[in-house]
Amino acid sequence: MIFTIARHELRTMFLSPLAWVILGVMQMLLGYMFLAQIDSFFMLQPQLINLQNTPGVTDIVVAPMFQLSAIILLMVMPLITMRSIAEEKRNGTLSLLISSPLSMTEIVLGKFLGLFGFVVILVSLLMLMPLSLYSGTALDFGKLFSIFIAMLLLLGSFAAIGLYLSSLTENQTIAAVSTFGALLMLWMIDWLGDTVEDGQTVVAYLSLLRHHQSLLEGVFNTGDVAYYLLLIIAFLVLTVRQLDRERLL
Amino acid sequence: MASPALIKVENLSRFYQNHRAINHLSFTLNAGEVLGFLGPNGAGKSTTMQIITGNLAPSEGQVTINGFDIIEEPREAKAQIGYLPEHPPVYRDASVDEYLTYCAKLRRVARSDIPQALAQVKQSCALDEVGHRLIGNLSKGFQQRVGIAQAIIHNPPVVILDEPTVGLDPIQIREIRNLIKSLGEDRSVILSTHILSEVQATCDRVQIIREGELIYNAPIEALNHAKETCLTIAMKRPPSIETLQQLDHIVRVEAKDNQRFHLFFDSNSPAETVVQQSVAGDWGLFEMVPDQQSLEDLFIELTHHHPEEAEGVDE
Repeated sequence: MIFTIARHELRTMFLSPLAWVILGVMQMLLGYMFLAQIDSFFMLQPQLINLQNTPGVTDIVVAPMFQLSAIILLMVMPLITMRSIAEEKRNGTLSLLISSPLSMTEIVLGKFLGLFGFVVILVSLLMLMPLSLYSGTALDFGKLFSIFIAMLLLLGSFAAIGLYLSSLTENQTIAAVSTFGALLMLWMIDWLGDTVEDGQTVVAYLSLLRHHQSLLEGVFNTGDVAYYLLLIIAFLVLTVRQLDRERLL
Repeated sequence: MASPALIKVENLSRFYQNHRAINHLSFTLNAGEVLGFLGPNGAGKSTTMQIITGNLAPSEGQVTINGFDIIEEPREAKAQIGYLPEHPPVYRDASVDEYLTYCAKLRRVARSDIPQALAQVKQSCALDEVGHRLIGNLSKGFQQRVGIAQAIIHNPPVVILDEPTVGLDPIQIREIRNLIKSLGEDRSVILSTHILSEVQATCDRVQIIREGELIYNAPIEALNHAKETCLTIAMKRPPSIETLQQLDHIVRVEAKDNQRFHLFFDSNSPAETVVQQSVAGDWGLFEMVPDQQSLEDLFIELTHHHPEEAEGVDE
Protein backbone atom coordinates (compact mmCIF):
# COMPACT_ATOMS: atom_id res chain seq x y z
CA MET A 1 0.00 0.00 0.00
CA ILE A 2 2.89 2.34 0.82
CA PHE A 3 4.39 1.51 -2.57
CA THR A 4 1.10 2.22 -4.33
CA ILE A 5 1.17 5.76 -2.96
CA ALA A 6 4.90 6.11 -3.64
CA ARG A 7 4.50 5.04 -7.26
CA HIS A 8 1.60 7.44 -7.71
CA GLU A 9 3.66 10.28 -6.22
CA LEU A 10 6.58 9.60 -8.49
CA ARG A 11 4.34 9.37 -11.55
CA THR A 12 2.57 12.63 -10.69
CA MET A 13 5.96 14.32 -10.32
CA PHE A 14 6.92 13.39 -13.85
CA LEU A 15 3.54 14.40 -15.26
CA SER A 16 4.44 18.02 -14.69
CA PRO A 17 7.46 19.46 -16.49
CA LEU A 18 9.03 20.54 -13.19
CA ALA A 19 10.74 17.22 -12.46
CA TRP A 20 12.13 17.00 -15.99
CA VAL A 21 13.36 20.57 -15.92
CA ILE A 22 15.08 20.03 -12.58
CA LEU A 23 16.81 16.89 -13.82
CA GLY A 24 17.88 18.70 -16.99
CA VAL A 25 19.18 21.79 -15.25
CA MET A 26 21.09 19.72 -12.70
CA GLN A 27 22.75 17.72 -15.47
CA MET A 28 23.72 20.87 -17.29
CA LEU A 29 25.18 22.68 -14.28
CA LEU A 30 27.05 19.68 -12.96
CA GLY A 31 28.19 18.69 -16.42
CA TYR A 32 29.92 22.02 -16.68
CA MET A 33 31.33 21.67 -13.18
CA PHE A 34 32.55 18.17 -14.04
CA LEU A 35 34.30 19.48 -17.11
CA ALA A 36 35.97 22.25 -15.12
CA GLN A 37 37.14 19.78 -12.47
CA ILE A 38 38.62 17.44 -15.07
CA ASP A 39 40.38 20.37 -16.62
CA SER A 40 41.93 21.35 -13.32
CA PHE A 41 42.88 17.71 -12.73
CA PHE A 42 44.95 17.79 -15.92
CA MET A 43 46.64 20.94 -14.69
CA LEU A 44 47.44 19.34 -11.36
CA GLN A 45 48.53 15.99 -12.75
CA PRO A 46 52.24 16.85 -13.26
CA GLN A 47 52.58 17.98 -9.64
CA LEU A 48 50.74 14.98 -8.29
CA ILE A 49 53.24 12.58 -9.75
CA ASN A 50 55.93 13.75 -7.33
CA LEU A 51 53.76 13.42 -4.23
CA GLN A 52 53.39 10.43 -2.03
CA ASN A 53 49.90 9.22 -1.17
CA THR A 54 48.39 11.32 -3.93
CA PRO A 55 44.69 12.08 -4.09
CA GLY A 56 43.06 10.30 -7.06
CA VAL A 57 40.51 11.32 -9.63
CA THR A 58 37.71 10.49 -7.25
CA ASP A 59 38.99 12.96 -4.68
CA ILE A 60 39.82 15.78 -7.04
CA VAL A 61 36.97 15.54 -9.51
CA VAL A 62 34.06 13.69 -8.00
CA ALA A 63 33.95 14.86 -4.38
CA PRO A 64 33.95 18.63 -5.15
CA MET A 65 31.36 18.10 -7.85
CA PHE A 66 28.96 16.47 -5.43
CA GLN A 67 29.69 19.05 -2.81
CA LEU A 68 28.52 21.70 -5.25
CA SER A 69 25.53 19.59 -6.25
CA ALA A 70 24.51 19.40 -2.59
CA ILE A 71 24.38 23.19 -2.42
CA ILE A 72 22.40 23.48 -5.66
CA LEU A 73 20.02 20.78 -4.51
CA LEU A 74 19.48 22.64 -1.27
CA MET A 75 17.79 25.25 -3.39
CA VAL A 76 16.09 22.79 -5.71
CA MET A 77 14.68 20.20 -3.30
CA PRO A 78 12.12 22.62 -1.78
CA LEU A 79 10.62 22.92 -5.27
CA ILE A 80 10.18 19.16 -5.41
CA THR A 81 8.81 18.69 -1.91
CA MET A 82 6.55 21.76 -1.77
CA ARG A 83 3.61 20.24 -3.56
CA SER A 84 3.56 16.81 -1.94
CA ILE A 85 1.02 17.51 0.82
CA ALA A 86 0.18 21.20 0.37
CA GLU A 87 -1.27 20.61 -3.09
CA GLU A 88 -3.41 17.72 -1.94
CA LYS A 89 -4.75 19.85 0.85
CA ARG A 90 -5.62 22.70 -1.46
CA ASN A 91 -7.28 20.48 -4.05
CA GLY A 92 -9.14 18.51 -1.40
CA THR A 93 -7.60 15.24 -2.60
CA LEU A 94 -6.09 14.54 0.80
CA SER A 95 -9.50 13.35 1.94
CA LEU A 96 -9.29 10.61 -0.70
CA LEU A 97 -6.28 9.22 1.14
CA ILE A 98 -7.67 9.87 4.61
CA SER A 99 -11.03 8.23 3.96
CA SER A 100 -9.33 5.20 2.44
CA PRO A 101 -8.48 2.34 4.78
CA LEU A 102 -4.91 3.55 5.35
CA SER A 103 -3.07 4.68 8.44
CA MET A 104 -1.50 8.13 8.52
CA THR A 105 1.91 6.47 8.76
CA GLU A 106 1.30 4.61 5.52
CA ILE A 107 0.27 7.83 3.78
CA VAL A 108 3.34 9.74 5.00
CA LEU A 109 5.75 6.88 4.28
CA GLY A 110 4.25 6.54 0.80
CA LYS A 111 4.73 10.22 0.15
CA PHE A 112 8.29 10.12 1.45
CA LEU A 113 9.22 7.07 -0.59
CA GLY A 114 7.84 8.79 -3.69
CA LEU A 115 10.13 11.74 -3.04
CA PHE A 116 13.00 9.41 -2.24
CA GLY A 117 12.43 7.63 -5.55
CA PHE A 118 12.99 10.93 -7.29
CA VAL A 119 16.16 11.48 -5.23
CA VAL A 120 17.50 8.08 -6.30
CA ILE A 121 16.83 8.89 -9.96
CA LEU A 122 18.50 12.27 -9.61
CA VAL A 123 21.62 11.02 -7.85
CA SER A 124 21.95 8.01 -10.17
CA LEU A 125 21.88 10.29 -13.20
CA LEU A 126 24.55 12.51 -11.66
CA MET A 127 26.63 9.43 -10.85
CA LEU A 128 26.79 8.54 -14.52
CA MET A 129 29.24 11.39 -15.14
CA PRO A 130 32.03 10.15 -12.81
CA LEU A 131 31.33 6.59 -13.94
CA SER A 132 32.11 7.64 -17.51
CA LEU A 133 35.68 8.26 -16.38
CA TYR A 134 36.02 4.52 -15.82
CA SER A 135 36.63 4.09 -19.52
CA GLY A 136 39.89 6.05 -19.24
CA THR A 137 41.17 5.64 -15.70
CA ALA A 138 40.89 3.70 -12.48
CA LEU A 139 38.18 4.77 -10.01
CA ASP A 140 37.89 4.30 -6.30
CA PHE A 141 34.55 2.50 -6.18
CA GLY A 142 34.51 2.43 -2.39
CA LYS A 143 34.62 6.20 -2.31
CA LEU A 144 32.08 6.49 -5.10
CA PHE A 145 29.74 4.29 -3.14
CA SER A 146 30.28 6.38 -0.02
CA ILE A 147 29.48 9.52 -2.03
CA PHE A 148 26.36 7.88 -3.43
CA ILE A 149 25.15 6.96 0.07
CA ALA A 150 26.05 10.45 1.33
CA MET A 151 23.94 12.07 -1.36
CA LEU A 152 20.98 9.76 -0.75
CA LEU A 153 21.06 10.42 2.98
CA LEU A 154 21.45 14.16 2.56
CA LEU A 155 18.68 14.48 -0.02
CA GLY A 156 16.53 12.05 1.96
CA SER A 157 16.73 14.37 4.93
CA PHE A 158 15.98 17.37 2.67
CA ALA A 159 12.91 15.48 1.49
CA ALA A 160 11.74 14.63 5.01
CA ILE A 161 12.08 18.24 6.16
CA GLY A 162 10.32 19.47 3.02
CA LEU A 163 7.52 16.95 3.48
CA TYR A 164 6.91 18.13 7.02
CA LEU A 165 6.83 21.80 6.07
CA SER A 166 4.53 20.97 3.18
CA SER A 167 2.11 19.36 5.63
CA LEU A 168 1.88 22.60 7.60
CA THR A 169 0.33 24.71 4.87
CA GLU A 170 -1.98 24.71 1.89
CA ASN A 171 0.24 27.14 0.07
CA GLN A 172 3.04 25.62 -2.00
CA THR A 173 5.11 28.79 -2.10
CA ILE A 174 5.11 29.04 1.67
CA ALA A 175 6.12 25.40 1.89
CA ALA A 176 8.99 25.97 -0.54
CA VAL A 177 10.29 29.12 1.11
CA SER A 178 10.16 27.72 4.63
CA THR A 179 11.83 24.49 3.51
CA PHE A 180 14.59 26.49 1.86
CA GLY A 181 15.03 28.53 5.03
CA ALA A 182 15.15 25.45 7.25
CA LEU A 183 17.66 23.66 5.02
CA LEU A 184 19.91 26.68 4.72
CA MET A 185 19.79 27.17 8.48
CA LEU A 186 20.80 23.56 9.12
CA TRP A 187 23.53 23.95 6.52
CA MET A 188 25.18 27.01 8.00
CA ILE A 189 24.41 26.44 11.65
CA ASP A 190 28.00 25.47 12.42
CA TRP A 191 29.37 28.81 11.25
CA LEU A 192 28.62 29.88 14.76
CA GLY A 193 30.73 27.03 16.10
CA ASP A 194 33.96 28.89 15.48
CA THR A 195 33.00 31.93 17.53
CA VAL A 196 31.02 30.43 20.39
CA GLU A 197 33.02 28.44 22.88
CA ASP A 198 31.58 25.18 24.19
CA GLY A 199 28.78 25.51 21.64
CA GLN A 200 31.05 24.12 19.00
CA THR A 201 30.29 20.46 19.49
CA VAL A 202 26.53 20.81 19.69
CA VAL A 203 26.21 23.25 16.82
CA ALA A 204 28.59 21.32 14.67
CA TYR A 205 26.73 18.12 15.37
CA LEU A 206 23.49 19.64 14.13
CA SER A 207 25.01 20.83 10.89
CA LEU A 208 24.02 19.00 7.74
CA LEU A 209 27.30 20.10 6.15
CA ARG A 210 29.71 18.56 8.66
CA HIS A 211 28.25 15.08 8.39
CA HIS A 212 28.06 15.35 4.64
CA GLN A 213 31.68 16.41 4.33
CA SER A 214 33.16 13.37 6.00
CA LEU A 215 31.00 10.99 3.99
CA LEU A 216 32.10 12.70 0.78
CA GLU A 217 35.69 12.12 1.80
CA GLY A 218 34.94 8.45 2.04
CA VAL A 219 34.89 8.27 5.83
CA PHE A 220 31.91 6.05 6.51
CA ASN A 221 31.14 6.98 10.11
CA THR A 222 28.16 5.33 11.77
CA GLY A 223 27.51 8.55 13.66
CA ASP A 224 27.02 10.49 10.43
CA VAL A 225 24.67 7.90 8.99
CA ALA A 226 22.73 7.77 12.24
CA TYR A 227 22.42 11.57 12.17
CA TYR A 228 20.69 11.52 8.80
CA LEU A 229 18.49 8.54 9.64
CA LEU A 230 17.41 10.16 12.91
CA LEU A 231 16.67 13.42 11.11
CA ILE A 232 14.54 11.63 8.51
CA ILE A 233 12.64 9.60 11.11
CA ALA A 234 12.06 12.65 13.31
CA PHE A 235 10.53 14.71 10.51
CA LEU A 236 8.41 11.82 9.26
CA VAL A 237 7.02 11.33 12.76
CA LEU A 238 6.33 15.06 12.96
CA THR A 239 4.46 14.90 9.65
CA VAL A 240 2.29 12.01 10.82
CA ARG A 241 1.52 13.88 14.01
CA GLN A 242 0.72 17.07 12.14
CA LEU A 243 -1.75 15.33 9.84
CA ASP A 244 -3.34 13.55 12.79
CA ARG A 245 -3.58 16.80 14.71
CA GLU A 246 -5.33 18.57 11.86
CA ARG A 247 -8.34 16.34 12.23
CA LEU A 248 -8.82 17.77 15.69
CA LEU A 249 -8.74 21.43 14.71
CA MET B 1 -24.27 -6.53 7.06
CA ALA B 2 -25.89 -8.65 9.70
CA SER B 3 -26.68 -5.82 12.06
CA PRO B 4 -29.56 -3.64 10.91
CA ALA B 5 -27.88 -0.34 11.83
CA LEU B 6 -24.95 0.17 9.46
CA ILE B 7 -23.98 3.52 10.85
CA LYS B 8 -24.58 4.47 14.41
CA VAL B 9 -23.88 8.00 15.51
CA GLU B 10 -24.16 8.53 19.22
CA ASN B 11 -24.13 11.81 21.05
CA LEU B 12 -21.76 13.42 18.57
CA SER B 13 -20.40 16.90 19.29
CA ARG B 14 -17.81 18.90 17.49
CA PHE B 15 -16.24 22.25 18.32
CA TYR B 16 -14.28 24.61 16.10
CA GLN B 17 -12.44 26.56 18.75
CA ASN B 18 -15.37 27.79 20.85
CA HIS B 19 -17.98 27.43 18.19
CA ARG B 20 -20.15 24.36 18.52
CA ALA B 21 -20.77 23.02 15.00
CA ILE B 22 -22.49 19.81 16.07
CA ASN B 23 -24.43 19.45 19.26
CA HIS B 24 -25.16 15.98 20.69
CA LEU B 25 -26.24 14.51 17.39
CA SER B 26 -27.47 10.92 17.37
CA PHE B 27 -28.90 8.94 14.49
CA THR B 28 -28.64 5.60 12.74
CA LEU B 29 -28.53 4.47 9.15
CA ASN B 30 -30.15 1.15 8.41
CA ALA B 31 -29.09 -1.31 5.75
CA GLY B 32 -30.58 -0.59 2.34
CA GLU B 33 -31.75 2.88 3.23
CA VAL B 34 -31.21 6.18 1.41
CA LEU B 35 -31.02 8.88 4.04
CA GLY B 36 -31.42 12.51 3.06
CA PHE B 37 -29.47 14.89 5.23
CA LEU B 38 -31.02 18.34 4.97
CA GLY B 39 -30.08 21.62 6.50
CA PRO B 40 -29.31 25.21 5.70
CA ASN B 41 -25.73 26.10 4.77
CA GLY B 42 -23.49 25.83 7.79
CA ALA B 43 -25.84 23.62 9.77
CA GLY B 44 -23.13 20.99 10.26
CA LYS B 45 -23.93 18.57 7.43
CA SER B 46 -20.43 18.46 5.97
CA THR B 47 -18.84 18.35 9.40
CA THR B 48 -20.96 15.34 10.35
CA MET B 49 -19.99 13.56 7.15
CA GLN B 50 -16.32 14.35 7.63
CA ILE B 51 -16.48 12.87 11.11
CA ILE B 52 -18.24 9.73 9.91
CA THR B 53 -15.56 9.22 7.26
CA GLY B 54 -12.67 9.88 9.63
CA ASN B 55 -11.57 13.17 8.06
CA LEU B 56 -12.28 15.01 11.28
CA ALA B 57 -12.12 13.79 14.84
CA PRO B 58 -15.20 14.25 17.00
CA SER B 59 -14.92 16.36 20.15
CA GLU B 60 -17.37 14.07 21.93
CA GLY B 61 -19.40 11.04 21.05
CA GLN B 62 -18.97 7.90 19.04
CA VAL B 63 -19.41 6.75 15.46
CA THR B 64 -19.58 3.06 14.60
CA ILE B 65 -19.73 1.79 11.04
CA ASN B 66 -20.91 -1.77 10.62
CA GLY B 67 -19.76 -2.42 14.17
CA PHE B 68 -16.31 -0.79 13.81
CA ASP B 69 -15.52 2.34 15.76
CA ILE B 70 -14.06 5.03 13.49
CA ILE B 71 -11.54 6.10 16.11
CA GLU B 72 -10.60 2.72 17.57
CA GLU B 73 -10.54 0.68 14.37
CA PRO B 74 -10.27 3.26 11.60
CA ARG B 75 -8.98 0.89 8.97
CA GLU B 76 -11.83 -1.59 9.25
CA ALA B 77 -14.39 1.20 9.58
CA LYS B 78 -13.11 3.11 6.56
CA ALA B 79 -13.18 -0.04 4.45
CA GLN B 80 -16.97 -0.02 4.89
CA ILE B 81 -17.55 3.40 3.37
CA GLY B 82 -17.23 5.24 0.11
CA TYR B 83 -17.10 8.99 0.46
CA LEU B 84 -17.61 11.80 -2.02
CA PRO B 85 -16.64 15.09 -0.35
CA GLU B 86 -18.10 18.42 -1.39
CA HIS B 87 -15.36 18.87 -3.96
CA PRO B 88 -14.65 15.62 -5.77
CA PRO B 89 -11.13 14.54 -4.73
CA VAL B 90 -9.83 13.99 -8.25
CA TYR B 91 -6.32 14.41 -9.63
CA ARG B 92 -6.78 16.69 -12.59
CA ASP B 93 -3.72 15.48 -14.45
CA ALA B 94 -4.60 11.78 -14.28
CA SER B 95 -6.88 10.00 -16.74
CA VAL B 96 -10.14 8.53 -15.49
CA ASP B 97 -8.84 4.97 -15.78
CA GLU B 98 -5.58 5.73 -14.00
CA TYR B 99 -7.35 7.58 -11.24
CA LEU B 100 -9.95 4.90 -10.60
CA THR B 101 -7.30 2.17 -10.67
CA TYR B 102 -5.31 4.09 -8.06
CA CYS B 103 -8.43 4.47 -5.92
CA ALA B 104 -9.17 0.75 -6.18
CA LYS B 105 -5.63 -0.03 -5.01
CA LEU B 106 -5.94 2.40 -2.12
CA ARG B 107 -9.14 0.64 -1.07
CA ARG B 108 -7.34 -2.69 -1.15
CA VAL B 109 -9.26 -4.20 -4.03
CA ALA B 110 -7.37 -7.36 -5.01
CA ARG B 111 -5.11 -6.71 -8.01
CA SER B 112 -6.82 -9.37 -10.10
CA ASP B 113 -10.27 -7.90 -9.43
CA ILE B 114 -9.37 -4.35 -10.41
CA PRO B 115 -10.11 -4.57 -14.17
CA GLN B 116 -13.55 -5.97 -13.43
CA ALA B 117 -14.32 -3.42 -10.71
CA LEU B 118 -13.16 -0.65 -13.04
CA ALA B 119 -15.37 -1.84 -15.90
CA GLN B 120 -18.35 -2.23 -13.63
CA VAL B 121 -18.04 1.16 -11.99
CA LYS B 122 -17.49 2.90 -15.32
CA GLN B 123 -20.60 1.30 -16.66
CA SER B 124 -22.80 2.26 -13.72
CA CYS B 125 -21.51 5.85 -13.71
CA ALA B 126 -21.65 6.13 -17.54
CA LEU B 127 -17.93 6.83 -17.82
CA ASP B 128 -17.16 4.30 -20.55
CA GLU B 129 -16.42 6.87 -23.21
CA VAL B 130 -14.08 9.06 -21.19
CA GLY B 131 -11.83 6.39 -19.63
CA HIS B 132 -8.68 7.62 -21.36
CA ARG B 133 -9.34 11.35 -20.96
CA LEU B 134 -7.70 13.57 -18.39
CA ILE B 135 -10.02 14.39 -15.51
CA GLY B 136 -9.06 18.08 -15.64
CA ASN B 137 -10.47 18.33 -19.17
CA LEU B 138 -13.83 16.81 -18.30
CA SER B 139 -16.96 18.81 -17.57
CA LYS B 140 -18.12 19.34 -14.00
CA GLY B 141 -20.81 16.70 -14.39
CA PHE B 142 -18.32 14.09 -15.50
CA GLN B 143 -15.92 15.03 -12.71
CA GLN B 144 -18.76 14.59 -10.25
CA ARG B 145 -19.47 11.17 -11.72
CA VAL B 146 -15.80 10.25 -11.43
CA GLY B 147 -16.10 11.31 -7.80
CA ILE B 148 -19.05 8.99 -7.29
CA ALA B 149 -17.28 6.17 -9.16
CA GLN B 150 -14.32 6.60 -6.80
CA ALA B 151 -16.67 6.22 -3.82
CA ILE B 152 -18.20 2.92 -5.00
CA ILE B 153 -15.30 1.18 -6.74
CA HIS B 154 -14.56 -1.05 -3.73
CA ASN B 155 -18.23 -1.94 -3.41
CA PRO B 156 -18.74 -0.55 0.11
CA PRO B 157 -21.94 -1.19 2.05
CA VAL B 158 -22.28 2.52 2.82
CA VAL B 159 -21.91 5.41 0.40
CA ILE B 160 -21.72 8.96 1.73
CA LEU B 161 -22.31 11.76 -0.76
CA ASP B 162 -21.86 15.39 0.22
CA GLU B 163 -23.92 17.64 -2.06
CA PRO B 164 -23.42 15.52 -5.17
CA THR B 165 -25.48 17.71 -7.51
CA VAL B 166 -24.05 21.14 -6.76
CA GLY B 167 -23.14 23.07 -9.88
CA LEU B 168 -24.66 20.66 -12.35
CA ASP B 169 -27.16 21.40 -15.11
CA PRO B 170 -30.70 19.99 -14.87
CA ILE B 171 -29.99 17.03 -17.15
CA GLN B 172 -26.89 16.10 -15.22
CA ILE B 173 -28.81 16.46 -11.96
CA ARG B 174 -31.38 14.01 -13.21
CA GLU B 175 -28.66 11.56 -14.25
CA ILE B 176 -26.92 11.78 -10.89
CA ARG B 177 -30.25 11.27 -9.12
CA ASN B 178 -30.92 8.14 -11.11
CA LEU B 179 -27.44 6.94 -10.28
CA ILE B 180 -28.06 7.58 -6.57
CA LYS B 181 -31.36 5.73 -6.75
CA SER B 182 -29.68 2.73 -8.33
CA LEU B 183 -26.98 2.86 -5.64
CA GLY B 184 -29.72 2.72 -3.04
CA GLU B 185 -30.94 -0.59 -4.40
CA ASP B 186 -28.12 -2.63 -2.93
CA ARG B 187 -26.36 -0.20 -0.58
CA SER B 188 -27.07 2.31 2.13
CA VAL B 189 -26.59 5.90 1.12
CA ILE B 190 -26.32 9.14 3.08
CA LEU B 191 -26.98 12.12 0.87
CA SER B 192 -26.48 15.65 2.07
CA THR B 193 -28.06 18.49 0.20
CA HIS B 194 -29.99 21.67 0.56
CA ILE B 195 -32.09 20.96 -2.51
CA LEU B 196 -35.43 19.75 -1.23
CA SER B 197 -36.79 18.19 -4.40
CA GLU B 198 -33.68 16.05 -4.53
CA VAL B 199 -34.54 14.49 -1.21
CA GLN B 200 -38.12 13.94 -2.27
CA ALA B 201 -36.93 12.31 -5.48
CA THR B 202 -34.30 9.96 -4.06
CA CYS B 203 -34.54 9.34 -0.34
CA ASP B 204 -36.33 6.89 1.94
CA ARG B 205 -35.89 8.96 5.05
CA VAL B 206 -35.25 12.62 5.79
CA GLN B 207 -33.27 14.22 8.56
CA ILE B 208 -33.19 17.95 9.03
CA ILE B 209 -30.38 19.45 11.04
CA ARG B 210 -30.08 22.98 12.29
CA GLU B 211 -27.16 24.46 14.21
CA GLY B 212 -25.77 21.00 14.71
CA GLU B 213 -28.95 19.59 16.20
CA LEU B 214 -31.29 17.05 14.72
CA ILE B 215 -34.71 18.67 14.53
CA TYR B 216 -36.63 16.37 12.23
CA ASN B 217 -36.33 12.70 11.38
CA ALA B 218 -39.04 10.81 9.51
CA PRO B 219 -39.58 8.47 6.57
CA ILE B 220 -40.28 10.23 3.30
CA GLU B 221 -43.76 8.65 3.06
CA ALA B 222 -44.80 10.65 6.08
CA LEU B 223 -43.96 13.77 4.16
CA ASN B 224 -45.69 12.63 1.01
CA HIS B 225 -48.69 11.88 3.11
CA ALA B 226 -48.57 15.27 4.76
CA LYS B 227 -48.35 16.75 1.31
CA GLU B 228 -51.86 15.61 0.47
CA THR B 229 -53.63 17.29 3.33
CA CYS B 230 -53.96 20.58 1.54
CA LEU B 231 -55.72 21.40 -1.71
CA THR B 232 -55.70 24.83 -3.28
CA ILE B 233 -58.73 25.70 -5.42
CA ALA B 234 -59.61 28.78 -7.44
CA MET B 235 -63.14 29.76 -8.52
CA LYS B 236 -64.60 32.60 -10.56
CA ARG B 237 -67.73 32.85 -8.42
CA PRO B 238 -66.74 31.43 -5.06
CA PRO B 239 -69.32 30.54 -2.44
CA SER B 240 -68.95 31.65 1.16
CA ILE B 241 -66.27 30.06 3.32
CA GLU B 242 -68.97 28.46 5.46
CA THR B 243 -70.31 26.58 2.42
CA LEU B 244 -66.85 25.20 1.68
CA GLN B 245 -66.35 24.28 5.30
CA GLN B 246 -69.44 22.11 5.27
CA LEU B 247 -68.14 19.88 2.47
CA ASP B 248 -67.13 16.30 3.33
CA HIS B 249 -63.68 15.69 4.88
CA ILE B 250 -62.81 19.37 5.16
CA VAL B 251 -61.05 20.26 8.40
CA ARG B 252 -60.30 23.91 7.82
CA VAL B 253 -60.56 26.51 5.05
CA GLU B 254 -58.28 29.49 4.52
CA ALA B 255 -58.97 32.22 2.01
CA LYS B 256 -55.83 33.15 0.05
CA ASP B 257 -57.50 35.97 -1.92
CA ASN B 258 -60.99 36.62 -3.35
CA GLN B 259 -60.90 33.61 -5.63
CA ARG B 260 -58.39 31.21 -4.09
CA PHE B 261 -58.86 29.00 -1.04
CA HIS B 262 -56.71 26.46 0.80
CA LEU B 263 -58.76 23.45 1.83
CA PHE B 264 -57.20 21.38 4.62
CA PHE B 265 -58.67 17.91 4.87
CA ASP B 266 -58.31 14.68 6.82
CA SER B 267 -57.31 11.37 5.23
CA ASN B 268 -59.68 11.52 2.22
CA SER B 269 -59.29 14.05 -0.56
CA PRO B 270 -62.39 16.21 -1.13
CA ALA B 271 -61.45 16.81 -4.78
CA GLU B 272 -64.38 14.88 -6.20
CA THR B 273 -66.94 16.55 -3.96
CA VAL B 274 -65.53 19.98 -4.75
CA VAL B 275 -65.90 19.40 -8.49
CA GLN B 276 -69.46 18.10 -8.13
CA GLN B 277 -70.51 20.96 -5.89
CA SER B 278 -68.86 23.48 -8.21
CA VAL B 279 -70.90 22.24 -11.15
CA ALA B 280 -74.08 22.11 -9.13
CA GLY B 281 -73.57 25.56 -7.58
CA ASP B 282 -72.04 27.21 -10.70
CA TRP B 283 -68.89 28.29 -8.79
CA GLY B 284 -66.77 28.46 -11.95
CA LEU B 285 -63.93 26.22 -10.69
CA PHE B 286 -60.86 26.83 -12.90
CA GLU B 287 -57.93 25.59 -10.84
CA MET B 288 -57.30 22.80 -8.36
CA VAL B 289 -53.75 22.11 -7.12
CA PRO B 290 -52.68 19.61 -4.47
CA ASP B 291 -50.10 21.36 -2.28
CA GLN B 292 -46.56 20.33 -3.35
CA GLN B 293 -44.62 22.64 -1.11
CA SER B 294 -44.92 20.98 2.23
CA LEU B 295 -41.30 19.74 2.50
CA GLU B 296 -40.21 23.26 1.74
CA ASP B 297 -42.74 24.62 4.22
CA LEU B 298 -41.57 22.14 6.79
CA PHE B 299 -37.95 22.98 6.10
CA ILE B 300 -38.50 26.70 6.35
CA GLU B 301 -40.69 26.35 9.39
CA LEU B 302 -38.09 24.21 11.13
CA THR B 303 -34.97 26.06 10.12
CA HIS B 304 -36.00 29.66 9.82
CA HIS B 305 -36.64 30.58 13.43
CA HIS B 306 -33.11 31.85 13.71
CA PRO B 307 -32.26 33.99 10.73
CA GLU B 308 -28.78 34.76 12.10
CA GLU B 309 -27.70 31.15 11.74
CA ALA B 310 -27.58 31.31 7.95
CA GLU B 311 -23.92 32.39 8.04
CA GLY B 312 -21.30 29.85 6.92
CA VAL B 313 -19.82 27.69 9.59
CA ASP B 314 -18.16 24.94 7.57
CA GLU B 315 -14.53 24.74 8.62
